[in-house]
Amino acid sequence: MASRDYVNRRLHSFLGLFPIGLFLIVHLTVNYYATQGPNAFNTAANVMEHLPFVRFLEIVLIYLPLLFHAIYGIYIAFQAKYNVNHYGYFRNWMFLLQRFTGLYLVIFLAWHIWETHIAYLLHLKELDFNMMADILDNPGMLIFYIVGVIAAVFHFSNGLWAFLVHWGIIVTPRAQRVTTYFTVVVFILLAYVGVRAVFAFV
Amino acid sequence: MAERKTVRLIILRQDGPKATPYEETFEVPYRPNMNVISALMEIRRNPVNVKGEKTSPPQWEMNCLEEVCGACSMVINGKPRQACSALIDKLEQPIRLEPMRTFPVIRDLAVDRSRMFDTLKRIKAWIPIDGTYDLGSGPRMPENKRQWAYELSKCMTCGVCLEACPNVNSKTSFMGPFAFGQVELKNAHPTGEMNKSERLQAFMGEGGLQGCGNSQNCVQACPKGIPLTTSIAAINRQAVVESLKSFFGHR
Repeated sequence: MASRDYVNRRLHSFLGLFPIGLFLIVHLTVNYYATQGPNAFNTAANVMEHLPFVRFLEIVLIYLPLLFHAIYGIYIAFQAKYNVNHYGYFRNWMFLLQRFTGLYLVIFLAWHIWETHIAYLLHLKELDFNMMADILDNPGMLIFYIVGVIAAVFHFSNGLWAFLVHWGIIVTPRAQRVTTYFTVVVFILLAYVGVRAVFAFV
Repeated sequence: MAERKTVRLIILRQDGPKATPYEETFEVPYRPNMNVISALMEIRRNPVNVKGEKTSPPQWEMNCLEEVCGACSMVINGKPRQACSALIDKLEQPIRLEPMRTFPVIRDLAVDRSRMFDTLKRIKAWIPIDGTYDLGSGPRMPENKRQWAYELSKCMTCGVCLEACPNVNSKTSFMGPFAFGQVELKNAHPTGEMNKSERLQAFMGEGGLQGCGNSQNCVQACPKGIPLTTSIAAINRQAVVESLKSFFGHR
Protein backbone atom coordinates (compact mmCIF):
# COMPACT_ATOMS: atom_id res chain seq x y z
CA MET A 1 0.00 0.00 0.00
CA ALA A 2 1.19 3.47 -0.85
CA SER A 3 1.73 5.33 2.40
CA ARG A 4 -0.31 8.32 3.51
CA ASP A 5 2.88 10.32 3.01
CA TYR A 6 2.98 9.34 -0.67
CA VAL A 7 -0.70 10.08 -1.23
CA ASN A 8 -0.46 13.47 0.52
CA ARG A 9 2.60 14.49 -1.45
CA ARG A 10 1.05 13.55 -4.78
CA LEU A 11 -2.26 15.16 -3.83
CA HIS A 12 -0.35 18.31 -2.95
CA SER A 13 1.31 18.26 -6.37
CA PHE A 14 -1.96 17.53 -8.18
CA LEU A 15 -4.01 20.21 -6.42
CA GLY A 16 -1.34 22.80 -7.16
CA LEU A 17 -2.13 22.43 -10.84
CA PHE A 18 -5.78 21.31 -10.80
CA PRO A 19 -7.62 23.41 -9.71
CA ILE A 20 -5.34 26.02 -8.08
CA GLY A 21 -3.08 26.64 -11.09
CA LEU A 22 -6.01 26.78 -13.46
CA PHE A 23 -7.82 29.17 -11.15
CA LEU A 24 -4.73 31.42 -11.08
CA ILE A 25 -4.88 31.69 -14.87
CA VAL A 26 -8.63 32.46 -14.82
CA HIS A 27 -8.06 35.03 -12.07
CA LEU A 28 -5.22 36.80 -13.89
CA THR A 29 -7.27 36.81 -17.10
CA VAL A 30 -10.23 38.42 -15.36
CA ASN A 31 -7.87 40.97 -13.76
CA TYR A 32 -6.56 41.84 -17.20
CA TYR A 33 -9.96 43.33 -18.07
CA ALA A 34 -8.86 46.21 -15.84
CA THR A 35 -6.55 47.34 -18.65
CA GLN A 36 -9.73 48.06 -20.70
CA GLY A 37 -11.12 50.33 -18.00
CA PRO A 38 -13.24 50.05 -14.85
CA ASN A 39 -16.42 49.03 -16.68
CA ALA A 40 -14.81 46.12 -18.48
CA PHE A 41 -13.35 44.85 -15.20
CA ASN A 42 -16.60 45.29 -13.29
CA THR A 43 -18.53 43.36 -15.94
CA ALA A 44 -16.03 40.50 -15.88
CA ALA A 45 -15.92 40.40 -12.06
CA ASN A 46 -19.70 40.44 -12.04
CA VAL A 47 -19.88 37.39 -14.31
CA MET A 48 -17.50 35.48 -12.00
CA GLU A 49 -19.43 36.53 -8.91
CA HIS A 50 -22.74 35.37 -10.39
CA LEU A 51 -21.70 31.97 -11.70
CA PRO A 52 -24.24 29.32 -10.75
CA PHE A 53 -23.35 27.52 -7.51
CA VAL A 54 -20.58 30.08 -7.00
CA ARG A 55 -20.21 29.51 -3.23
CA PHE A 56 -20.04 25.74 -3.72
CA LEU A 57 -17.48 26.13 -6.52
CA GLU A 58 -15.41 28.49 -4.38
CA ILE A 59 -15.26 26.09 -1.49
CA VAL A 60 -14.66 22.90 -3.47
CA LEU A 61 -12.45 24.27 -6.24
CA ILE A 62 -10.60 27.04 -4.44
CA TYR A 63 -10.69 27.21 -0.68
CA LEU A 64 -10.34 23.53 0.30
CA PRO A 65 -7.59 22.70 -2.24
CA LEU A 66 -5.79 25.95 -1.42
CA LEU A 67 -5.97 25.28 2.31
CA PHE A 68 -4.55 21.77 1.92
CA HIS A 69 -1.87 22.95 -0.52
CA ALA A 70 -0.86 25.81 1.82
CA ILE A 71 -0.75 23.85 5.07
CA TYR A 72 1.02 20.83 3.59
CA GLY A 73 3.31 23.20 1.70
CA ILE A 74 4.39 24.93 4.92
CA TYR A 75 5.21 21.49 6.31
CA ILE A 76 7.30 20.67 3.22
CA ALA A 77 9.08 24.05 3.24
CA PHE A 78 10.17 23.67 6.86
CA GLN A 79 11.44 20.13 6.31
CA ALA A 80 14.21 21.16 3.93
CA LYS A 81 17.76 22.05 4.93
CA TYR A 82 18.53 24.75 2.36
CA ASN A 83 22.05 24.56 1.00
CA VAL A 84 22.36 26.88 -2.03
CA ASN A 85 25.48 28.38 -0.44
CA HIS A 86 27.34 25.10 -1.06
CA TYR A 87 25.38 23.86 -4.06
CA GLY A 88 24.51 26.92 -6.11
CA TYR A 89 22.99 24.95 -9.00
CA PHE A 90 20.01 26.27 -10.96
CA ARG A 91 17.59 23.57 -9.81
CA ASN A 92 18.65 23.95 -6.18
CA TRP A 93 17.82 27.67 -6.42
CA MET A 94 14.46 26.80 -7.96
CA PHE A 95 13.89 24.36 -5.08
CA LEU A 96 14.55 27.16 -2.57
CA LEU A 97 12.52 29.77 -4.44
CA GLN A 98 9.58 27.38 -4.84
CA ARG A 99 9.40 27.03 -1.06
CA PHE A 100 10.09 30.68 -0.22
CA THR A 101 7.52 31.99 -2.74
CA GLY A 102 5.08 29.46 -1.29
CA LEU A 103 5.58 30.82 2.22
CA TYR A 104 5.20 34.39 0.94
CA LEU A 105 2.01 33.39 -0.85
CA VAL A 106 0.48 31.96 2.32
CA ILE A 107 0.81 35.40 3.92
CA PHE A 108 -0.09 37.28 0.75
CA LEU A 109 -3.17 35.20 -0.03
CA ALA A 110 -4.45 35.25 3.54
CA TRP A 111 -4.27 39.02 3.45
CA HIS A 112 -5.58 39.30 -0.12
CA ILE A 113 -8.56 37.02 0.47
CA TRP A 114 -9.36 38.77 3.73
CA GLU A 115 -9.29 42.27 2.31
CA THR A 116 -11.20 41.47 -0.88
CA HIS A 117 -13.40 38.39 -0.73
CA ILE A 118 -14.14 38.17 2.98
CA ALA A 119 -14.68 41.94 3.18
CA TYR A 120 -17.15 41.57 0.30
CA LEU A 121 -18.96 38.60 1.86
CA LEU A 122 -19.31 40.52 5.14
CA HIS A 123 -20.77 43.43 3.11
CA LEU A 124 -17.97 45.68 4.27
CA LYS A 125 -17.03 46.62 0.74
CA GLU A 126 -18.24 46.38 -2.85
CA LEU A 127 -16.26 43.97 -5.04
CA ASP A 128 -15.35 46.20 -7.96
CA PHE A 129 -12.61 48.18 -9.69
CA ASN A 130 -12.62 50.87 -6.99
CA MET A 131 -11.96 48.34 -4.24
CA MET A 132 -8.65 47.38 -5.86
CA ALA A 133 -7.85 50.96 -6.83
CA ASP A 134 -8.25 51.95 -3.16
CA ILE A 135 -6.01 49.12 -1.94
CA LEU A 136 -3.30 49.78 -4.52
CA ASP A 137 -3.36 53.51 -3.80
CA ASN A 138 -1.01 52.71 -0.92
CA PRO A 139 2.56 52.30 -2.33
CA GLY A 140 3.37 49.64 0.28
CA MET A 141 0.37 47.57 -0.77
CA LEU A 142 1.28 48.09 -4.43
CA ILE A 143 4.69 46.49 -3.80
CA PHE A 144 3.08 43.76 -1.66
CA TYR A 145 0.72 42.95 -4.55
CA ILE A 146 3.33 43.09 -7.33
CA VAL A 147 5.62 40.75 -5.40
CA GLY A 148 2.57 38.58 -4.65
CA VAL A 149 1.61 38.30 -8.32
CA ILE A 150 5.18 37.53 -9.41
CA ALA A 151 5.58 34.99 -6.59
CA ALA A 152 2.31 33.29 -7.56
CA VAL A 153 3.27 33.14 -11.23
CA PHE A 154 6.73 31.81 -10.39
CA HIS A 155 5.33 29.21 -7.99
CA PHE A 156 2.88 28.09 -10.67
CA SER A 157 5.44 27.93 -13.51
CA ASN A 158 8.09 26.11 -11.52
CA GLY A 159 5.40 23.97 -9.90
CA LEU A 160 4.23 22.95 -13.36
CA TRP A 161 7.74 21.64 -14.06
CA ALA A 162 7.85 19.84 -10.73
CA PHE A 163 4.41 18.34 -11.36
CA LEU A 164 5.61 16.89 -14.68
CA VAL A 165 8.60 15.29 -12.93
CA HIS A 166 6.68 14.07 -9.89
CA TRP A 167 4.14 12.33 -12.06
CA GLY A 168 6.86 10.83 -14.23
CA ILE A 169 5.78 12.62 -17.41
CA ILE A 170 9.17 14.18 -18.24
CA VAL A 171 11.92 11.65 -17.59
CA THR A 172 14.92 12.30 -19.82
CA PRO A 173 17.32 15.16 -19.05
CA ARG A 174 16.44 16.61 -22.46
CA ALA A 175 12.69 16.59 -21.72
CA GLN A 176 13.35 18.19 -18.35
CA ARG A 177 15.56 20.89 -19.90
CA VAL A 178 13.13 21.72 -22.70
CA THR A 179 10.30 21.88 -20.15
CA THR A 180 12.39 24.29 -18.07
CA TYR A 181 12.58 26.64 -21.09
CA PHE A 182 8.85 26.21 -21.63
CA THR A 183 8.06 27.11 -18.01
CA VAL A 184 10.32 30.17 -18.25
CA VAL A 185 8.16 31.35 -21.16
CA VAL A 186 5.00 30.61 -19.14
CA PHE A 187 6.46 32.62 -16.25
CA ILE A 188 7.30 35.63 -18.43
CA LEU A 189 3.92 35.69 -20.18
CA LEU A 190 1.84 35.27 -17.02
CA ALA A 191 4.00 37.76 -15.09
CA TYR A 192 3.32 40.31 -17.84
CA VAL A 193 -0.42 39.65 -17.70
CA GLY A 194 -0.48 39.79 -13.91
CA VAL A 195 1.70 42.84 -13.32
CA ARG A 196 0.14 44.85 -16.13
CA ALA A 197 -3.29 44.22 -14.57
CA VAL A 198 -2.02 45.46 -11.18
CA PHE A 199 -0.80 48.69 -12.77
CA ALA A 200 -4.15 49.15 -14.50
CA PHE A 201 -5.68 49.88 -11.08
CA VAL A 202 -3.11 52.54 -10.18
CA MET B 1 67.72 27.68 1.06
CA ALA B 2 64.26 27.57 -0.52
CA GLU B 3 61.40 27.16 1.92
CA ARG B 4 59.92 23.68 1.88
CA LYS B 5 56.46 23.54 0.32
CA THR B 6 53.72 22.41 2.69
CA VAL B 7 50.05 21.47 2.60
CA ARG B 8 47.75 23.09 5.13
CA LEU B 9 44.66 21.18 6.25
CA ILE B 10 41.89 22.27 8.59
CA ILE B 11 40.07 19.22 9.93
CA LEU B 12 36.74 19.34 11.73
CA ARG B 13 37.38 16.84 14.48
CA GLN B 14 35.05 15.13 16.87
CA ASP B 15 36.30 12.85 19.63
CA GLY B 16 33.22 10.64 19.72
CA PRO B 17 29.63 10.30 18.50
CA LYS B 18 28.30 12.76 21.09
CA ALA B 19 31.36 15.01 21.46
CA THR B 20 31.40 18.66 20.36
CA PRO B 21 33.20 19.17 17.02
CA TYR B 22 36.27 21.42 16.92
CA GLU B 23 38.71 22.53 14.24
CA GLU B 24 42.34 21.52 14.21
CA THR B 25 44.90 22.74 11.67
CA PHE B 26 47.78 20.66 10.38
CA GLU B 27 50.65 21.27 8.03
CA VAL B 28 52.36 18.43 6.20
CA PRO B 29 55.29 18.45 3.76
CA TYR B 30 54.20 18.61 0.12
CA ARG B 31 55.01 15.77 -2.26
CA PRO B 32 54.02 15.63 -5.94
CA ASN B 33 50.76 13.81 -6.77
CA MET B 34 49.46 13.81 -3.20
CA ASN B 35 45.81 13.16 -2.49
CA VAL B 36 43.82 13.89 0.66
CA ILE B 37 44.38 10.32 1.90
CA SER B 38 48.17 10.58 1.63
CA ALA B 39 48.04 13.95 3.43
CA LEU B 40 45.96 12.34 6.20
CA MET B 41 48.44 9.46 6.38
CA GLU B 42 51.22 12.01 6.76
CA ILE B 43 49.36 13.56 9.72
CA ARG B 44 48.81 10.11 11.20
CA ARG B 45 52.53 9.42 10.97
CA ASN B 46 53.26 12.52 13.06
CA PRO B 47 50.08 13.81 14.74
CA VAL B 48 51.25 17.30 15.67
CA ASN B 49 49.08 20.33 14.85
CA VAL B 50 50.33 23.72 13.60
CA LYS B 51 50.70 24.97 17.16
CA GLY B 52 53.24 22.21 17.69
CA GLU B 53 50.96 20.32 20.09
CA LYS B 54 50.93 16.55 19.98
CA THR B 55 47.39 15.35 19.30
CA SER B 56 45.49 12.17 18.51
CA PRO B 57 45.74 10.98 14.90
CA PRO B 58 42.58 11.89 12.96
CA GLN B 59 40.28 8.99 12.13
CA TRP B 60 38.85 8.30 8.69
CA GLU B 61 37.72 5.31 6.67
CA MET B 62 39.28 4.07 3.46
CA ASN B 63 39.45 0.91 1.46
CA CYS B 64 39.87 0.70 -2.31
CA LEU B 65 41.75 3.97 -2.89
CA GLU B 66 40.40 4.12 -6.46
CA GLU B 67 36.93 5.67 -6.03
CA VAL B 68 34.90 2.51 -6.28
CA CYS B 69 34.16 1.61 -2.66
CA GLY B 70 32.84 4.91 -1.27
CA ALA B 71 34.38 4.44 2.19
CA CYS B 72 36.55 7.58 2.24
CA SER B 73 33.70 10.00 1.43
CA MET B 74 34.01 13.28 3.31
CA VAL B 75 33.28 16.96 2.80
CA ILE B 76 36.35 18.49 1.16
CA ASN B 77 36.32 22.28 0.77
CA GLY B 78 32.55 22.28 1.18
CA LYS B 79 31.80 19.49 -1.30
CA PRO B 80 31.21 15.84 -0.41
CA ARG B 81 33.49 13.53 -2.41
CA GLN B 82 36.00 10.72 -2.02
CA ALA B 83 39.26 11.65 -0.34
CA CYS B 84 41.20 9.19 -2.50
CA SER B 85 40.37 10.95 -5.75
CA ALA B 86 40.74 14.45 -4.27
CA LEU B 87 44.17 15.53 -5.53
CA ILE B 88 46.02 18.11 -3.43
CA ASP B 89 47.25 19.93 -6.55
CA LYS B 90 43.68 20.58 -7.61
CA LEU B 91 42.44 21.85 -4.23
CA GLU B 92 42.48 25.36 -2.89
CA GLN B 93 44.44 25.69 0.37
CA PRO B 94 43.90 25.56 3.27
CA ILE B 95 42.00 22.36 2.59
CA ARG B 96 38.97 22.01 4.83
CA LEU B 97 37.99 18.46 5.74
CA GLU B 98 34.69 17.73 7.46
CA PRO B 99 32.73 14.55 8.03
CA MET B 100 29.45 14.10 6.09
CA ARG B 101 27.30 15.25 8.98
CA THR B 102 24.09 14.03 7.36
CA PHE B 103 25.20 10.72 8.87
CA PRO B 104 26.00 10.03 12.52
CA VAL B 105 29.66 10.87 13.10
CA ILE B 106 31.60 8.05 14.73
CA ARG B 107 34.83 9.94 15.16
CA ASP B 108 36.53 12.77 13.21
CA LEU B 109 35.93 12.03 9.51
CA ALA B 110 34.45 8.56 9.96
CA VAL B 111 30.66 8.38 9.67
CA ASP B 112 28.11 5.60 10.03
CA ARG B 113 26.40 5.01 6.67
CA SER B 114 24.34 2.04 7.81
CA ARG B 115 21.07 3.91 7.10
CA MET B 116 21.83 3.41 3.41
CA PHE B 117 22.15 -0.34 3.84
CA ASP B 118 18.92 -0.37 5.83
CA THR B 119 17.31 1.47 2.91
CA LEU B 120 18.54 -1.15 0.43
CA LYS B 121 16.92 -3.82 2.59
CA ARG B 122 13.66 -1.88 2.93
CA ILE B 123 13.28 -1.26 -0.80
CA LYS B 124 14.19 -4.90 -1.57
CA ALA B 125 17.15 -3.88 -3.69
CA TRP B 126 18.04 -7.44 -4.59
CA ILE B 127 16.85 -10.04 -7.05
CA PRO B 128 15.41 -13.20 -5.47
CA ILE B 129 16.60 -16.27 -7.36
CA ASP B 130 16.44 -18.93 -4.67
CA GLY B 131 13.88 -21.68 -4.88
CA THR B 132 13.36 -25.13 -3.39
CA TYR B 133 14.49 -26.54 -6.73
CA ASP B 134 16.63 -25.33 -9.64
CA LEU B 135 14.67 -22.50 -11.25
CA GLY B 136 16.77 -22.62 -14.41
CA SER B 137 18.15 -19.62 -16.24
CA GLY B 138 16.17 -16.39 -16.21
CA PRO B 139 15.05 -14.30 -19.19
CA ARG B 140 17.77 -12.52 -21.14
CA MET B 141 18.38 -8.81 -20.84
CA PRO B 142 18.45 -6.82 -24.08
CA GLU B 143 21.88 -5.29 -24.75
CA ASN B 144 20.66 -1.68 -25.03
CA LYS B 145 18.96 -1.98 -21.66
CA ARG B 146 22.04 -3.56 -20.13
CA GLN B 147 24.07 -0.55 -21.21
CA TRP B 148 22.03 2.05 -19.28
CA ALA B 149 21.40 -0.32 -16.37
CA TYR B 150 25.17 -0.73 -16.04
CA GLU B 151 25.46 3.00 -15.29
CA LEU B 152 23.07 2.56 -12.34
CA SER B 153 25.07 -0.38 -11.05
CA LYS B 154 28.06 1.91 -10.47
CA CYS B 155 26.50 3.14 -7.20
CA MET B 156 28.89 2.47 -4.32
CA THR B 157 26.56 3.70 -1.51
CA CYS B 158 29.14 6.37 -0.72
CA GLY B 159 26.53 8.75 0.69
CA VAL B 160 27.56 11.83 -1.28
CA CYS B 161 24.08 12.27 -2.78
CA LEU B 162 22.48 12.15 0.68
CA GLU B 163 24.92 14.77 1.94
CA ALA B 164 24.10 17.08 -0.99
CA CYS B 165 20.31 16.59 -0.81
CA PRO B 166 18.40 19.31 1.07
CA ASN B 167 15.62 16.85 1.88
CA VAL B 168 17.84 14.31 3.66
CA ASN B 169 18.16 15.67 7.19
CA SER B 170 17.12 15.08 10.77
CA LYS B 171 13.62 16.50 10.13
CA THR B 172 12.70 13.97 7.43
CA SER B 173 12.83 10.21 7.04
CA PHE B 174 13.64 10.46 3.30
CA MET B 175 15.85 7.54 2.30
CA GLY B 176 17.88 9.61 -0.16
CA PRO B 177 18.51 9.88 -3.91
CA PHE B 178 20.64 6.75 -4.35
CA ALA B 179 17.61 4.54 -3.67
CA PHE B 180 15.95 5.61 -6.94
CA GLY B 181 18.83 4.29 -9.01
CA GLN B 182 18.82 1.00 -7.13
CA VAL B 183 15.07 0.46 -7.48
CA GLU B 184 15.28 1.29 -11.18
CA LEU B 185 18.26 -1.05 -11.64
CA LYS B 186 16.56 -4.00 -9.98
CA ASN B 187 13.25 -3.29 -11.72
CA ALA B 188 15.04 -3.17 -15.07
CA HIS B 189 16.53 -6.63 -14.60
CA PRO B 190 14.39 -9.24 -16.39
CA THR B 191 14.27 -11.47 -13.29
CA GLY B 192 14.15 -8.56 -10.84
CA GLU B 193 11.17 -7.20 -12.76
CA MET B 194 9.09 -10.07 -11.36
CA ASN B 195 9.22 -8.31 -7.97
CA LYS B 196 8.83 -4.81 -9.37
CA SER B 197 5.52 -4.21 -7.64
CA GLU B 198 6.81 -5.16 -4.17
CA ARG B 199 9.83 -2.92 -4.60
CA LEU B 200 7.73 0.06 -5.66
CA GLN B 201 5.22 -0.49 -2.86
CA ALA B 202 8.05 -0.53 -0.34
CA PHE B 203 9.53 2.60 -1.88
CA MET B 204 6.17 4.39 -1.64
CA GLY B 205 6.22 3.79 2.10
CA GLU B 206 7.47 5.98 4.93
CA GLY B 207 10.53 8.01 3.87
CA GLY B 208 10.18 6.78 0.31
CA LEU B 209 10.26 8.33 -3.14
CA GLN B 210 7.81 11.12 -2.27
CA GLY B 211 10.56 12.73 -0.17
CA CYS B 212 12.31 13.98 -3.31
CA GLY B 213 11.86 17.72 -3.91
CA ASN B 214 13.83 17.86 -7.16
CA SER B 215 16.63 20.14 -6.11
CA GLN B 216 18.69 17.85 -8.37
CA ASN B 217 21.87 18.32 -6.30
CA CYS B 218 22.32 14.55 -6.28
CA VAL B 219 23.01 14.23 -9.99
CA GLN B 220 25.57 17.06 -9.78
CA ALA B 221 27.26 15.57 -6.71
CA CYS B 222 27.38 11.87 -7.70
CA PRO B 223 31.06 10.94 -8.19
CA LYS B 224 30.09 8.08 -10.50
CA GLY B 225 27.97 10.25 -12.78
CA ILE B 226 24.87 8.14 -12.20
CA PRO B 227 21.86 9.81 -13.90
CA LEU B 228 19.93 9.92 -10.61
CA THR B 229 17.41 12.55 -11.68
CA THR B 230 16.48 10.41 -14.67
CA SER B 231 15.96 7.47 -12.31
CA ILE B 232 13.88 9.67 -10.01
CA ALA B 233 11.51 10.67 -12.80
CA ALA B 234 11.42 7.11 -14.16
CA ILE B 235 10.60 5.68 -10.73
CA ASN B 236 7.99 8.40 -10.23
CA ARG B 237 6.35 7.16 -13.42
CA GLN B 238 6.54 3.52 -12.31
CA ALA B 239 5.06 4.49 -8.94
CA VAL B 240 2.13 6.34 -10.51
CA VAL B 241 1.36 3.31 -12.71
CA GLU B 242 1.80 0.97 -9.75
CA SER B 243 -0.47 2.99 -7.46
CA LEU B 244 -3.19 3.20 -10.12
CA LYS B 245 -2.89 -0.53 -10.83
CA SER B 246 -3.02 -1.44 -7.17
CA PHE B 247 -6.11 0.75 -6.70
CA PHE B 248 -8.03 -0.29 -9.81
CA GLY B 249 -6.74 -3.86 -9.90
CA HIS B 250 -3.61 -5.54 -11.20
CA ARG B 251 -5.43 -8.16 -13.27
